[in-house]
Parts: sequence; C-alpha cells; structure tokens
Amino acid sequence: MTKFLELCFAGVALGAQYALVALGYVVIYRATSVINFAQGGFVMIGAYLAYNFHQTWGLPFYLAVVLAMIGGAMVGALVEALILRRLVGRPAFVIIMVTIGILILIEQLVPVVWGQDPLALGDPWGVRSIKLGDIALAVADFWTLGIVAVVLIVFFLYFKYSRMGVAMRATASDQEAALAQGIGAGLVIGVSWAIAGAVAALAGVTLAGGGGGVRLDIELVALAALPAIILGGLDSPGGAVVGGLVIGLSQSLASGYQPEYAPWLGSGFDLALPYIIMVIVLLVRPYGLFGQREVRRV
Amino acid sequence: MSSEREQPILRVHDIDVVYGEAIHVLRGVSLEVPTGAIVAMLGANGAGKTTLLRACSGLLGVQQGSVTSGMILLDGVRIERAKPASVVRRGLAQVMEGRRIFGELTVEENLRAGAFTRRDRSGIRSTYEHVLELFPVLGERRRSQAGYLSGGEQQMLAIARALMAAPRLLLLDEPSLGLAPMIVEKIRDIIAAINRTGTSVLLVEQNASMALSIAHHAYVLETGRVVREGPGPELLDDPEIRRLYLGASEGPRHSFTTLAPTSRVRPWMP
Repeated sequence: MTKFLELCFAGVALGAQYALVALGYVVIYRATSVINFAQGGFVMIGAYLAYNFHQTWGLPFYLAVVLAMIGGAMVGALVEALILRRLVGRPAFVIIMVTIGILILIEQLVPVVWGQDPLALGDPWGVRSIKLGDIALAVADFWTLGIVAVVLIVFFLYFKYSRMGVAMRATASDQEAALAQGIGAGLVIGVSWAIAGAVAALAGVTLAGGGGGVRLDIELVALAALPAIILGGLDSPGGAVVGGLVIGLSQSLASGYQPEYAPWLGSGFDLALPYIIMVIVLLVRPYGLFGQREVRRV
Repeated sequence: MSSEREQPILRVHDIDVVYGEAIHVLRGVSLEVPTGAIVAMLGANGAGKTTLLRACSGLLGVQQGSVTSGMILLDGVRIERAKPASVVRRGLAQVMEGRRIFGELTVEENLRAGAFTRRDRSGIRSTYEHVLELFPVLGERRRSQAGYLSGGEQQMLAIARALMAAPRLLLLDEPSLGLAPMIVEKIRDIIAAINRTGTSVLLVEQNASMALSIAHHAYVLETGRVVREGPGPELLDDPEIRRLYLGASEGPRHSFTTLAPTSRVRPWMP
C-alpha cells in the first residue's frame, strides 16, 4: 500500500509535467491546426534559461523560474513571428516539417551555449523527501504539483474569461468569422505560441529540478507527452491535463510494479506504456477522450 | 439631387475584384450608402454580392481575392486594402452569410467576441444592454452554448454580435437565408429598428420582397455588374423586378442579361 501511494504521488507529479507540455501542444493546435514538434525544444530552453538565471547570474531561484517562463514565451512568440507567420496558408504538412526543423535547430544551439554536460539546476528542492507516516514523498514533487496547479488555474481562467481567451476560442471555432469581428488570426496565433513557450519552459524547470539535472535529453519529455494529447483530444486543454495525468500515473505504476509482476515484458516497459494506452484509446475513441468530433451541418 | 448633400457613409467607386489572379468577379461596380439609409443589393447566386461585401470588410484576402481597381470609401477614407480589424474599428461591421456564430462559445461570449476591437468597458456594457433589449431572447439564453440555438436565434446572435462593435454601417449578407417566413419578418423589423437608431445598413438579399420593403434605395447585381438601381418602392413596383426577383414570372425564366443584350458579359473571359 505504501509503495502504491508513493508511486501514485510521483505519477501525478510526472503527469503534471506532461500536462504542461501537452497544454502547449493543444494551444498551438487550436490556433493553427498543427502539432508543434518544437515543443520539446522549448522545454529544453526553459530548463537552460532557469539554470542560466539562477546559477550563472545568481538570481533567486523562483525569480529565475518566472524569468525562464517569460523567456520561453518570448522564444515561442519569436519563432512564430519570424518563421511560422511566413507559412500561413501552406499545407499543415509543410508547417509540421518546419517545426521539426526548429526542434533540430534548438537541439544544436543549446549545447553550443551551455555545453554538453549535465548541469545542476540548483533548486532548493534537491532530492530530499518528507515522510508522511510510512510514505516518503519527494519535496520536488510537492513543489511541482503546487506550481503546476497554480499555472493551470491561471491558464484556464485566462482562457475562459479574458478578452484574449475569448478571442482565442472564437478563432478556434471559426477563424474567418473571428476575423470579421476584427480578431486578427496573427495576434491569436502569436499569443498561443507564447503561452506554449511559457508552459513548456516551466515543464523544463520542474523536470530539471529534484535531482533531474539540466540535461540535453530533457526534450524527450515532449515526445512522451504526445500520447497525452492524443489521449485527451488534440483540441481540448482539459483533455491535455487529464491525458497528462493518466500517462504520468500509468508510467509510474508500471515502473514500480512491472519488473516484479511481469518481468517477461522486459526493461523499459514503462516508457512504452503511454503509447500502448494511446493506441487502445484511439481504437475506442478516435477523437480522444475529450476531443470534438468533427460535426458538419449541411 | 442637391449638391450639398451629406457625404455617403459608404461609397464604392468603380471596383473590380479578381480571385486568385484569374477569376474576375466584380466589374466596375459602383454604389453608395447614404448616411442613415438602408440600401439593398439584390441578385441571384453567384452575382458577386458576397464578394462586394467582402471587399468592403477586408475579408477578400482570406479567399485570395483582391480589389484590382477602383476604390471603397468609408466616411471618405479609403478602405479597399485595409485589414478587417481596422475596418471594424472605423465603424463597419459585417454579418456573414450562414450566420457563422461561434458554436462552442456561449451566447455571451459570442457577444464579447463581437466587441473585441473596443476597449471602453462602460461603452461595451451599454451596447450589450442595448443589444439585449433588441434581442430579449438572447438575454434569456446568454449562458447557453450558441450552437444549440435555433436557426432564427443564431441569425439574431450573428446580428447582435456585429452590433457589439457599435458600427455606424452594418453589412448584412442574406440574413433571411434558410429561415421561416415569420422569422424573416422579425429579422426585417429588427433591421428597420437598428436603422432607426442611426446605423446605416447595406443589405444583401435574395429575398427581394423582404429587402425592398425596408430599403430606401436598391441595386441589382448580375454577373458582377450593377444592372439596375433605384429607390426601394420603385423597384418593388417594377414589373421586370417583380418577374425576375419576386417570383411573379410566367413562362420561361429571364434575366437582365438576356433582356438587355448590350449589357451581356462573358464573365470567364478577360
């Protein structure tokens, strides 16, 4: 039971990180109908920026986190303004290929600036854990959950109630009709990329914290978050969060129990599990758990 | 006509519109919407009515179209190359054909989206209240998802959404399309009411009797050209118009093109 609760807690914390990355995918998908494969690059940049602000420049850690998110937002907005905006009206396939190109570019640029070796983020969480009765819970996981919860609440309030949030949803609903109200698609898309950059950066920071380290392979989390959006539905922010949690939980539980109960599945099974879940869900619900089934009235 | 008459709120002067650098849709179209008037634009499917409205509201670009010559003046300012947002800010709002409401948003959110270009909270608030007075049914259903409204309610929402921008000129594209006769009458009365509050209206319709019953002036568009214009009541009594657009025709179908060979056009040829 102790082990189960520990695994669940760690799984939810991992899922929260997936949820952030997945949210970035969803926001951009809603605005542009394209999956942004550079999302992993933004995660990476976020972690390295936080390292740079905190360790290199000596700024307080939480200020560094906020600055990393702002930096991530700026990178996102800049990528959109300089590259993606020129591709408006091109087939989705072209734009997706370009986002893969941007990912490769970021993968090559980051080690040029910060080197190949893993770096310590210097977060105050460390690898400490606290005991709740018999259960040991990582401090970093607590912080991750708290910060992610606050960011998600702010995001959903913004999305639901702010002027820009309404405009973003209007554009997702009918881009041309939104344009007729004076809601420029360019503005909405720019804001979407900025939000995606910011949440990805935060995901990067939380991944690098708690002893994870600032490493080049941190971007791989974005790939693991893909099943989360497919699971939740590409156009559903709520689905992204639920999908992220499901993936995080199942991965954590699999890594805890599978070697013991099903060793014949081999090692690393927990890494494959999200994709297995994704395939099963897609067989039953092709639009994801919360995705909008495309309905056309004639 | 007196020479010192007021400047029209909208003046379309001799415009040509081409889609994709190949398809010539409007040829030398001119029209005026006098300030405070309702002007109707009649014409069959494919005559270019929607294109004309798109040219005014800056939405041609979406369809790879452009105004290749002529000009469009809103209050004397050229807008034929302006972006939709700046046209809306200048006081022109369009109700698109087919309603095009944001189905996943609530009624209230649709209305907020209509006020996107405005920043004056108190002004938006008072427009909102005014709009709900005009459409009480939208007030009752302001928290419902707009996609679940009936067709007539959706059309009202589309008009209300456009009014949220506090336009001085309202462009309406086939507001009667697909609605029951009773609802069409209601929409017509609402358009007249909107006009009485000082908003000028350019009304594109296939339902000529509805449009002409409230229009001060009307134009007839055929294959991209204005083929007829006159005061609303005059066109309503015109036997040709009655035959062609009011369904009073007996015998074979005619069009202005076949009636007046001089104005015959070959729209697919340069």
